[in-house]
Amino acid sequence: MALDRLFRRRRTRGGGRDVPELWLKCPACEAQIYKKDLEANLMVCPECGHHFRLGVEERVRLLLDEGTFEVTTGRVQPEDPLRFEDTEPYRERLARYREKTGRPDAIYGGTGAVEGVPTLLLAMDYAFAGGSMGSVVGEEIARGAEQAAAEGRALVIVAASGGARMQEAALSLMQMAKTTMALDRLWERRLPYVSILTDPTTGGVTASFAALADVILAEPGALIGFAGPRVIKQTIRQDLPEGFQRSEFLLQHGMLDQVVPRERLRSTLAQVLRLLHPEGAKTRGA
Amino acid sequence: MALEFEQPILELEARIRELREYAEEKDVDLSDEIGLLQQKLERLQKETFANLSRWQRVQLARAPGRPTTLDIVENVFEDFIELHGDRAFADDPAVVAGLARFRGSSVVVVGHQKGKTTKENIHRNFGMPHPEGYRKAMRMMDLADRFGFPFVSLIDTPGAYPGVSAEERGQAWVIAQSIQRMGRLKVPAVAVILGEGGSGGALAIGVGNRVLIMENAWYSVISPESCAAILWRDAAQAEAAAEALKLTAHDLRELGVVDRIVPEPGGGAHRHPERAMQALAEALAEELEALEPLGPEELVEDRYRRFRRMGAVRIE
Ligand SMILES: [Zn+2]
Repeated sequence: MALDRLFRRRRTRGGGRDVPELWLKCPACEAQIYKKDLEANLMVCPECGHHFRLGVEERVRLLLDEGTFEVTTGRVQPEDPLRFEDTEPYRERLARYREKTGRPDAIYGGTGAVEGVPTLLLAMDYAFAGGSMGSVVGEEIARGAEQAAAEGRALVIVAASGGARMQEAALSLMQMAKTTMALDRLWERRLPYVSILTDPTTGGVTASFAALADVILAEPGALIGFAGPRVIKQTIRQDLPEGFQRSEFLLQHGMLDQVVPRERLRSTLAQVLRLLHPEGAKTRGA
Repeated sequence: MALEFEQPILELEARIRELREYAEEKDVDLSDEIGLLQQKLERLQKETFANLSRWQRVQLARAPGRPTTLDIVENVFEDFIELHGDRAFADDPAVVAGLARFRGSSVVVVGHQKGKTTKENIHRNFGMPHPEGYRKAMRMMDLADRFGFPFVSLIDTPGAYPGVSAEERGQAWVIAQSIQRMGRLKVPAVAVILGEGGSGGALAIGVGNRVLIMENAWYSVISPESCAAILWRDAAQAEAAAEALKLTAHDLRELGVVDRIVPEPGGGAHRHPERAMQALAEALAEELEALEPLGPEELVEDRYRRFRRMGAVRIE
């Protein structure tokens, strides 16, 4: 699980008893939070509202109506077309991430309903290779868009990605065109596409399908941009302005429709889909 | 300024030149010697260029003297008129756009533009566009659709500019929009990678029905230097990264990312730009002619099918 690495801190309580992995520290306000409290609060710090990353399965549970989810991803498997090797062969990296997440690549999702509106939801998995987009992510998104169009569903994609996957080089780059063009199947059928940007969404993912939705929502404080802050800093050789490339900054610059706290994400998404989806009003509450 | 692996070729060329001058000056016949050296030169050039490493190709792709967009609109096209501005914020000198005539018909041309001197490179931002450049490109796509003219794009950028202002004005957003807009073109679209095809900043004008690449150009998701800095944590590993990325014309042809390689004259396009442009003109004419029979909807569908099959996956 992606949550494992959050629990680095150990905290000693009462009588010097060591209680590992039950507490963690909020990186924003440094408060010690009881893990169960954090989970009960949708992985949002109860003290300061900092949004921790949410796992893909929890994301699906958060957004879809209970009992409606049917997984569609998982059949598309990665290859190693370039036999890429840097400090570690790509094949071994893939195996390691598969082991860690239990999934073949950095995307998870399927069909379901959002307050009754038929939807196809895809969530990018940051825990798998930083949510990077290679051929599998591109293929799942293209298939998702095509299936949503064929079945009259809204498409919702939750982005969480460092960008394109370097180990698939030019083929990763091509996924930007492939996913972008696949979205037009929805356009033709007047079906809505909502993009939810979470921390972080950068590079080739922002610069393709994630930026092209009818409505773009973002979680608070998420890093969103084209180039990463480190690259920009190197280029301009200056410190970056406070809050640069965070959700609120992007809202201010006109790139997003709303910044929505996680507790209101489901209801906001439902409202948008209800208003945009051709059968939204009819299927509401069904 | 010569590349390291070009040195022996250039030295031999210099010797031949000297001998010729000497022969002329002294009025002696050195044609046998010169002939032999010529043969040696040709052999050396052939050998050097047949065994170029990927990293050497990257250096060739960046060599000053290669045909740029402005060279091509002047030499391959006729009657070019440059059109400026994004109608929103500014004109981006890293992107050149306009109308021209090609083999008797009007076309719309958009391309990245690097400078030939340091001063010009600063003006052109080393061919790295801001959002305004892509907005200008999209204006040109509208123009092509409105008049039914073929759209030709010329790619030569290290990447879209990674700066604060570019981020503030939605670099990711305009790249995405430009990809989408180009995908929707109802006219034939041919993209040519002239030199550097750096990531999304290149792809933004790379959604052609046909994608061509000059023999010594590169195209990938990241530059070898940046890739090395991230994966090897050492930018000096760029050579290894270039190998791993498989970013040359021949690699990309094999991966199905490009449709056609435009051959460069011996020694590279930077040494014989006219001949390189001649080869490009011929390839461009053939590709545009091949697309002519397709109707507006067929062209959109053709482009979707072309990019839809990109990638390497296995279905279980
Ligand atoms: Zn906190």
